[in-house]
Amino acid sequence: MAATADTVLKPDHQAKRKHFIFTDEHEQLRESIRNFVLKELTPHAEEWEETTFPNSVFARMGELGFLGLDKPEAYGGQGGDYYTSLVLAEEIVKANSGGLAMGVAVHTDMAMPPILAFGTEEQKQQWVVPAIKGEKILCIGITEPDAGSDVAGIKTRAVKDGDGYVINGSKTYITNGHRADVIVLVTKTDADAGYDGFTLFLVPMDAPGVIREKKLEKLGMHASDTALLAFQDVRVPESAVLGQVGKGFYHIMWELQGERLIGAAGCVAGAQRTFERTLEYANERKAFGRSIGHFQVIRHKFAEMATKIESARQMVYVTAWRFAGGEYPVREISMAKLHASRVAVEVADECIQIHGGAGYMKEYGVERAWRDARLNRIGAGTDEIMLDVIGRSYGL
Amino acid sequence: MIQPPFTEEHEELRASVRGFLDRELAPHAQEWEADEWFPNEVFGKLAGQGLLGLKYPTELGGQGGDYLHEAVLIEELSRIGSGGTAAGIGAHNNIATPPIWKFGTDEQKQRYLAPAIRGEKIGALGITEPDAGSDVASLRTTATRVDGGFLVSGEKTYITNGVRADFIVTAVKTTLEGGHHGISFLIIDRGEGMSSSKLRKLGWNASDTATISFEEVFVGEDCLLGELNEGFKLIMANFQWERLAMALGATGAMALAYERTADYARERTAFGRPISKHQAIRHKLADLATQAYVGRCVTYDALRRFVAGEEPVKEVTMAKLYTQRTAYELMDACLQIHGGAGYMKEYWPERAARDARLGPIGGGSDEIMREILGRLLGL
Ligand SMILES: Cc1cc2nc3c(=O)[nH]c(=O)nc-3n(C[C@H](O)[C@H](O)[C@H](O)COP(=O)(O)OP(=O)(O)OC[C@H]3O[C@@H](n4cnc5c(N)ncnc54)[C@H](O)[C@@H]3O)c2cc1C
Ligand SMILES: Cc1cc2nc3c(=O)[nH]c(=O)nc-3n(C[C@H](O)[C@H](O)[C@H](O)COP(=O)(O)OP(=O)(O)OC[C@H]3O[C@@H](n4cnc5c(N)ncnc54)[C@H](O)[C@@H]3O)c2cc1C
Repeated sequence: MAATADTVLKPDHQAKRKHFIFTDEHEQLRESIRNFVLKELTPHAEEWEETTFPNSVFARMGELGFLGLDKPEAYGGQGGDYYTSLVLAEEIVKANSGGLAMGVAVHTDMAMPPILAFGTEEQKQQWVVPAIKGEKILCIGITEPDAGSDVAGIKTRAVKDGDGYVINGSKTYITNGHRADVIVLVTKTDADAGYDGFTLFLVPMDAPGVIREKKLEKLGMHASDTALLAFQDVRVPESAVLGQVGKGFYHIMWELQGERLIGAAGCVAGAQRTFERTLEYANERKAFGRSIGHFQVIRHKFAEMATKIESARQMVYVTAWRFAGGEYPVREISMAKLHASRVAVEVADECIQIHGGAGYMKEYGVERAWRDARLNRIGAGTDEIMLDVIGRSYGL
Repeated sequence: MIQPPFTEEHEELRASVRGFLDRELAPHAQEWEADEWFPNEVFGKLAGQGLLGLKYPTELGGQGGDYLHEAVLIEELSRIGSGGTAAGIGAHNNIATPPIWKFGTDEQKQRYLAPAIRGEKIGALGITEPDAGSDVASLRTTATRVDGGFLVSGEKTYITNGVRADFIVTAVKTTLEGGHHGISFLIIDRGEGMSSSKLRKLGWNASDTATISFEEVFVGEDCLLGELNEGFKLIMANFQWERLAMALGATGAMALAYERTADYARERTAFGRPISKHQAIRHKLADLATQAYVGRCVTYDALRRFVAGEEPVKEVTMAKLYTQRTAYELMDACLQIHGGAGYMKEYWPERAARDARLGPIGGGSDEIMREILGRLLGL
């Protein structure tokens, strides 16, 4: 071996060059988010599975500037590029709490962007500024009991009444729905106008007629709160309209793109983390006189997982690069969302299998990784909807 | 149409068992899963209907039936909505008591099997240890010879009924020499020197899966089950029925899940029509119906051979391997077809998926099934 060492090119498995979308500044940010997450969030993960994570997490993250990484400095943000929010999505995964990551992402990457993009100066001052500080919490209400995938099928109505609107309807599966101060609410304002009949509103959650119904119990994401909400004759002023009247459907479709890409980034990071923990386990666990990782089928499982994770990661990074560069690559975002969520679920499932009986026990945390990851094939647009969007993009 | 090996008689039993389970167990399934415990009285209730002794001789209080009657019960238990309850009953009926029936002395049968059939004593089977699961031969719980019996020390884990069981049919090392030889079985009454602690799991929540530790527990000579140092044979014999039972459980669960999901897809609308009218969903459901049917055929074939007295190790192994992975994938697809509702505890699919996930791990993992098949296929 030694004789050839200097003359042949050997594989470099330790290659650690960062991806071209990231700069040294991103790496420093990564470092500081990671330190915060491991020190202040991870130790509470188990407890928060039972209680949901406390609102103080928002306050603390706001204090550290993590809730406005890519938001304009004018509103208290850090003014960073799109990749900074990718870094957050990747690092927050180390909290081992899918529910927490989701609660924060709904705030920073789902509810906040439409206010910044379509809101009035007054709305930004009222909601975005305190939201970046972590003093006010945001949620977004699209889904209803009878309309999820089919957003245009929603029934919540906002009817013009004098100098305001009266809202009636219900929303379900709303993340942060119990803790939020305001909801970005999708309503129908004109039943006859098709896609041009939708309008977004910023509805304060303490407005009379907003009813927070039960907390929904779920397969995973236990650290997040998921709400069924009712709106009964909720009266809001004209100034509560977000964006243009009648353009709500397009506003929300735009919002979903950013949400999906960030979700995909979280999926890749989650899969990577579960992979690493399982690799450690496979090196330690013995059966039939050797480490289980040394059985060929187990080795191949790792090889498959690593290949899938790498493919998803590259897809997310390249799509983010296009998105950050000003393109609006809906097809590729849908592909990345579809692929990354599938990979996350498949990896978690395979990691359960590699753990054997331990994989089935709560103590080892892989079962939770699967339960949390499983949401991604449903939330923010199901696999089937992603496939439909991709297929239609080819004119089919 | 009654699919062989079942006959009219079995279908009558099925109808009455289903009625009983629908009345007595199914209404509590959610609550027991949430409590992470089903009450011990369940055993008494089942015994009252003769359901803890379907395949056991009447002299011991059983029903004098055979494995096909037991198979009916297993399929029906998979429909109650609580994998954990079915698992606890299954561990008692299908892995803890059969070795006593097959290898026990008359006295052991009177002492353990008869009260187990009456629902007065609950059984568990203890093989797996923290450092020995797939690799059974490496187990380390030892039984040391002492006057009149053995002193047992060691630890078992992932034992179903491990907290509630009155007796544990336990695999121990009786000699330190070589691998497979040197394993024996002892029926151990819960008592001094033993402690159990319940483990929290992904699914099967109503069942008490536990770690049991033994510290110099005295076990009398008369509790040796089968021959000294020949326990490995007993393990292997037991596995066939256990795996067939798991396949049957999956068969029943898949049929029900398919039906319920097809119903949901007919009712739930999106984009102006029932979701079953979207081709992707319709085809998915067609696949699920096919998988459920294939699973049933493979399982029933193995069952028929088993009951006929063949030793269908290959067919049983294939049935276990195919149905466990397929059942999980099918439940996962049902969850997906339910959309957001599939993720909510209020609906059944998330529990069904969690429960089904045990299949490719328990009773010998998928990888071990393939290892066995590799050998049987001469590879
Ligand atoms: C934990 C959690 C958190 C969530 N958070 C939020 C939130 O904060 N805000 C919010 O607004 N929503 C939220 N959602 C809702 C989520 O976005 C919806 O559940 C999702 O979009 C699916 O909608 P649905 O549940 O109504 O499923 P349905 O639309 O009823 O779909 C049922 C099935 O039919 C399939 N299907 C539907 N249409 C078609 C088609 N055309 N072709 C083929 N198949 C089709 C779907 O893929 C799915 O498999 C959350 C959901 C969950 C579970
Ligand atoms: C809910 C539950 C209930 C249970 N009930 C009981 C019970 O009542 N009584 C009882 O005795 N046990 C019980 N078990 C234990 C169960 O039988 C074991 O978990 C199972 O046999 C796997 O063993 P292990 O967990 O040690 O996994 P390991 O043996 O550590 O396996 C880890 C991984 O390595 C793989 N592997 C192992 N060997 C090989 C190989 N040669 N080639 C390739 N891959 C390999 C496995 O397939 C698995 O993926 C239960 C388990 C669970 C989860």
